[in-house]
Amino acid sequence: MKKQFKEQSETGSDLSCVMEGYNFAYLDEQTKRMIRRTILKAVAIPGYQVPFGSREMPLPYGWGTGGIQVTASLIGPEDTLKVIDQGADDTTNAVSIRRFFSRTAGVHTTTRTREATIIQTRHRIPEAHLRNGQIIVYQVPIPEPLRFIEPRAKEVLRMHALKEYGIMFVKLYEDISRYGRIAKAFDYPVLVNDRYVMSPSPIPKFDNPKMDRMPALQIFGAGREKRIYAVPPYTKVKSLDFEDYPFEVERWSQCCALCGSDHSYLDEIITDDQGSRMYVCSDTDYCSQRLAGRDRDFQRGFKGKIPASSAIGTKKCA
Amino acid sequence: MCMKDSDHIPLLKVKSISKYYGRRIGCHGIGFELWPGEVLGIVGESGSGKTTLLNCISGQLEPSEGAVWYASNGGVIDMCKAPEPQRRLVMRTEMGTVYQNPRDGLRMHVSAGGNIGERLMANGLRHYGQVRRKALNWLEKVEIDQERIDDTPDTFSGGMQQRLQIARNLVTGPRIIFMDEPTSGLDVSVQARLLDLLRGLVTELDLSMVMVTHDLAVTRLLAHRLIVMKDGEAVESGLTDQVLDDPQHPYTQLLVSSILQP
Repeated sequence: MKKQFKEQSETGSDLSCVMEGYNFAYLDEQTKRMIRRTILKAVAIPGYQVPFGSREMPLPYGWGTGGIQVTASLIGPEDTLKVIDQGADDTTNAVSIRRFFSRTAGVHTTTRTREATIIQTRHRIPEAHLRNGQIIVYQVPIPEPLRFIEPRAKEVLRMHALKEYGIMFVKLYEDISRYGRIAKAFDYPVLVNDRYVMSPSPIPKFDNPKMDRMPALQIFGAGREKRIYAVPPYTKVKSLDFEDYPFEVERWSQCCALCGSDHSYLDEIITDDQGSRMYVCSDTDYCSQRLAGRDRDFQRGFKGKIPASSAIGTKKCA
Repeated sequence: MCMKDSDHIPLLKVKSISKYYGRRIGCHGIGFELWPGEVLGIVGESGSGKTTLLNCISGQLEPSEGAVWYASNGGVIDMCKAPEPQRRLVMRTEMGTVYQNPRDGLRMHVSAGGNIGERLMANGLRHYGQVRRKALNWLEKVEIDQERIDDTPDTFSGGMQQRLQIARNLVTGPRIIFMDEPTSGLDVSVQARLLDLLRGLVTELDLSMVMVTHDLAVTRLLAHRLIVMKDGEAVESGLTDQVLDDPQHPYTQLLVSSILQP
């Protein structure tokens, strides 16, 4: 599978593969300008949802039409693109979008987080620390964090404008009174720059702390809802909580069955009909990098502990 | 009660409020003053503009003409011209509104505790335990079983829903409360209990209240003063007993005489 990626990334850089009859990165220049203006405004007001004229894209809503438009407007011939879906580089959505840009823009694609200049993501933030200069583009299904509590759009706009977020805490209150803890596990609401409450897109709350003062630029695109919002580098992002029920991230009792990581977000995989299961890193690149022995900590701590049966090739099939 | 500066000026001063819906008149040229601790009743038949007037003075509807001066804790403000953030802050800290239909005033899919806690959290309380304690405390005050704190209001009876609305409004300690036909959907015995509770709370918390109703018995029990409305105009006003015992305007006379004597 890894080999396959390599081939792709090579063909991706080959300009002769670029489709004819399409503008660079699919969108026309005027649309890209419009989206860039929207992005500038979004960056200027961290966490504020800026409306934009979302275009029809050659993929269905819910598959990343917002993210793909943001990426198309930002990408240049020199960029290197990484696309992940639930942390994985080899899922349908990720493969399709990566190929889309290698065919319409002829850009380099990669699976390596560190090599990418633009990372488009659905439902995860990579485990590797992002650096300044990188851009992470989130695909967002529902940008409005208050939607399910206050259905009136006009009222919600007013609540944002006047910073009236008491109702968000009613939701958290309800969780604690019902389950004894804040049960929201993904799309956990955050307060950006002490001003706007923002939906971080359906990333697990495990990833929320990574958003706080992240050196990379974070841009969120919601195609169906026609909204773009952003968190500039090094901006404060606080997950909402109560003083007596502070924000917490998920923990696992296991380590990753492949690379032995005890600090990454793990997927549970059912391996047979008897209910056997294994836990593996959801970030495939991170996992394979560690397996390849590039992580020195891993070399020291887990050498020789990898089960013989688990090879990287079997991981996705399991 | 000690005399404060605020006791020398009315809590609410309404100056010839008018509201027009196109060419139709909602209410026309109505003015009154409301003093701290006073309960004002607004009576009249359906369509006489009672609710329009109430919405205008409670800041929920912008009047076409006139002004509403409110002596807030931070000084006198014009409710019609004040900036929206200030107006909404005053509305959720110092004022409360109890609606005729509990569905307008409650979040039906949020538990009773959440409903009571909403205003507290909107005003910046970020401590679950404290919210919870205050909610329990207020449930007790409005005579709802504390065990029902985690039940949603749609499992409550009509009377309980109205009492929950009252608790939800009073939890932040407002100075003035607006009531729009609070008892109209309830049967007589439940009405009596609610009125009893309201009367107790008004005295205990030194609340001012503006109450819209078409039920003269309710005003007799609670209101100190009365405004009688007909076709958008105030036809008569005065002390409750005075208006009800010695009605001057023909319409008031009709209204008083139409009460069924049991």
